Amino acid sequence: MAKIYSKRTLVNKNLKPKKEVISFLLNYSQALNVVKIDDKSFEIIAN
Amino acid sequence: MADLHIPDSLLVKNYVDGNENALSTLIKRHESKIYGFIYSKIADRDISNDIFQDTFIKVIKTLKNNSYNEEGKFLPWVMRISHNLIVDHFRKTKKMPMYRETEEFSIFSIMSDDSLTIESKMICDQVEVDLKKLIQELPDDQKEVLIMRMYQDMSFKEISEITGVSINTALGRMRYALMNLRKIIDKHQIILTN
Repeated sequence: MAKIYSKRTLVNKNLKPKKEVISFLLNYSQALNVVKIDDKSFEIIAN
Repeated sequence: MADLHIPDSLLVKNYVDGNENALSTLIKRHESKIYGFIYSKIADRDISNDIFQDTFIKVIKTLKNNSYNEEGKFLPWVMRISHNLIVDHFRKTKKMPMYRETEEFSIFSIMSDDSLTIESKMICDQVEVDLKKLIQELPDDQKEVLIMRMYQDMSFKEISEITGVSINTALGRMRYALMNLRKIIDKHQIILTN
């Protein structure tokens, strides 16, 4: 039977970002601390 | 799953209050929609991952800064951020298009480096020096016209005005200059080209 060549659609319902990206975001969120002094905000990233 | 029953607005509030798990729930709930949206515009997995990451970095910073005004529109807000980052990406790539080399396409097939190699440059410089020496052997009137035309980029009208001869005379002197140069080159059996 001949192969059927069909154009792959860009829209894939199961598209997800990489696990590493999610992991990074969660770690970044845990590490980030925002401190407000007067009208200024300071972003501190804890190691 | 209990998480499914918690609305976005409450998760956002919990996160702002310090509950990091709320962020995880929010991301898991909307990652497909947001990433799918980005990928549908960008059509590149790696860049889509970058934009997704940048989107949520902005979300995290805004929420931690307490700058987010919860109006029950968390997802549209995040989609807006990602949309703006997509626009920024296209603006940047339009200014500085990046071509990735693949098996089918090599950027060097349409873009070549025409500049001389060191060797070619040295040969060119040597030819220039030799040619100037040969020009010195020409009669003064022919030498003058040739130098004005080839090195000073003057028109024959300008040459005739400066030298005080007619244009036809200037043209004739140029013609003889070139003929005599060829004779000198043949006589001395000089090779000027590579």
